[in-house]
Amino acid sequence: MSSGPASAIKATGLTKRFGDFVAVAGIDLEVEPGETFSLLGPNGAGKSSTMKMVSTVSPITEGELTILGLDPSAEGREIRQRMGVVPQEDNLDQELTVRENLVIYARYFGLSWAQAKERADELLSFAQLTDRADAAVEPLSGGMKRRLTIARSLVNTPELVLLDEPTTGLDPQARHLLWERLYQLKEQGVTLLLTTHYMDEAEQLSDRLVIMDQGTIVTQGSPTALIAEHVTNEVLELRFADGPPADLDQHGWRIETLPDRSLVYADRGEDALRRLAELDVHPTGSLIRRSTLEDVFLALTGRTLVE
Amino acid sequence: MTTATFGRPSRSLWHFLEHQFRRYRTTWRATIVSGLVSPMLFLGSIGFGLGSQIDDTSSLGTLDYASFVGPGVLAGAAMIQGASLGLWPTLGAIKWEGTYQAALTTPLTAAELATGHILWIGFRVFVGSALYVVVLTLFGISESWLAVFAPFIAAFTGIAFGGVISAFAATQDRDNAFGLITRVVIAPLFLFSGAFFPTSQLPLVAQWVAAVLPVSHAVELCRHLITGQFDAATDGLHFAVLMAWLGLGWFLVIRSFTKRLSS
Repeated sequence: MSSGPASAIKATGLTKRFGDFVAVAGIDLEVEPGETFSLLGPNGAGKSSTMKMVSTVSPITEGELTILGLDPSAEGREIRQRMGVVPQEDNLDQELTVRENLVIYARYFGLSWAQAKERADELLSFAQLTDRADAAVEPLSGGMKRRLTIARSLVNTPELVLLDEPTTGLDPQARHLLWERLYQLKEQGVTLLLTTHYMDEAEQLSDRLVIMDQGTIVTQGSPTALIAEHVTNEVLELRFADGPPADLDQHGWRIETLPDRSLVYADRGEDALRRLAELDVHPTGSLIRRSTLEDVFLALTGRTLVE
Repeated sequence: MTTATFGRPSRSLWHFLEHQFRRYRTTWRATIVSGLVSPMLFLGSIGFGLGSQIDDTSSLGTLDYASFVGPGVLAGAAMIQGASLGLWPTLGAIKWEGTYQAALTTPLTAAELATGHILWIGFRVFVGSALYVVVLTLFGISESWLAVFAPFIAAFTGIAFGGVISAFAATQDRDNAFGLITRVVIAPLFLFSGAFFPTSQLPLVAQWVAAVLPVSHAVELCRHLITGQFDAATDGLHFAVLMAWLGLGWFLVIRSFTKRLSS
């Protein structure tokens, strides 16, 4: 291992406090170069605070943090030179055109005007915004603004890109286009660290992920390993007109009762449904689906991800 | 990788200013006109208009009242412009648009950003001031070649106020207090800092306040440079006070931006 490349990100006991409030409570994580790593958790879990520390903008309160093998408190400038950041809110410059947003930003990283323009054209094509190059930013759709923000984060050809909730607020079509672009980056060997509260996004994109809750890491691993470890293959979702029967959890399955439905964790949902019929349990509606990270989160915290 | 970092601070600062220039490309005409119109209105209405009713200006030490007011308004307008560039554009970049947060994801540091921010204010004030000095010359009010230094004094005044005011603006989440600051702090400073009558006419307490704040010093400096009354000893002191405020503004804006943008 010692001869291999250094970790893209390594955190030990990483802590962030604002006065008495503990935003991040001593987390350990290690992201390998080329990996797509997600921080998954509900709002207030500490994802964005962690991102801000990794982006070198927010000083760490305690613990250790290295990014690309460098110390963010002393070598922030060098880290930022090799990193791209996509913030939660698009902060494009409304006074500049679409192309200028890329060119001017590229200049900050030391590209010459010619290099900056060439890079901007490449990225406009990557973000499918070439025909909007000379347009103002303001009238762009949410998905276009997001793609431009992602394109902007790539002007310096970064080794590591941080994406804070990259698809929040986008429609499904815009999300899928973005995911496809992120796959392309991954293919090129770029390390991606992303936060999301969409479990499907984390499942789709991540090699590995951590589930965070209240400033701590609840569990970590690959999406499939986490599902295998914490929940069954399938989930049987049941709806009852008058609420679930009181003895539903007496039949050997783990049950989660949500306000509108009950979840029965069974490796084969079909079998579980048949067995329930034999037990004279008759739900008004039923659905069998594959287990997701949402179920893992629910199993570990007793709460759902998106409140 | 290591060699590339050497000497980058000044480059980042330059890239920030380059960015501001690019933004300015679409609005420079309108901003220059509005920056020039306000001192000219004071020169016309107060300097020439009110001045036509004043026969004896011997106690003011200038040929006529317009020569007294014209250069004073240069410094006062610089203060107003510096302060307003420190209010809304600061909150806009930090809160409404987030363009400063975006700039900080590049090699630029918060201290460089704050420095660039006030340098840009200084540049904006300088442009309007230089044109206004040309106007004063056309009206025959500039009587000394030292007038070429007056726009620099105006720019330093803009930076001093812009720095202090930006430092405050960066602590805010809304612009509720901004109108109040303009009316209750900046406007009285403009009216009572020696631009329209000597500060020696003020009550003693107000004279002390004027002596501590930079704008009356900037007014005197501009007036002396433009009307040929420059005196190294007195004006050296005026300059020292102005530079002390500029230093304070610089210090405060770096501290405030760092606190707001990297916490």
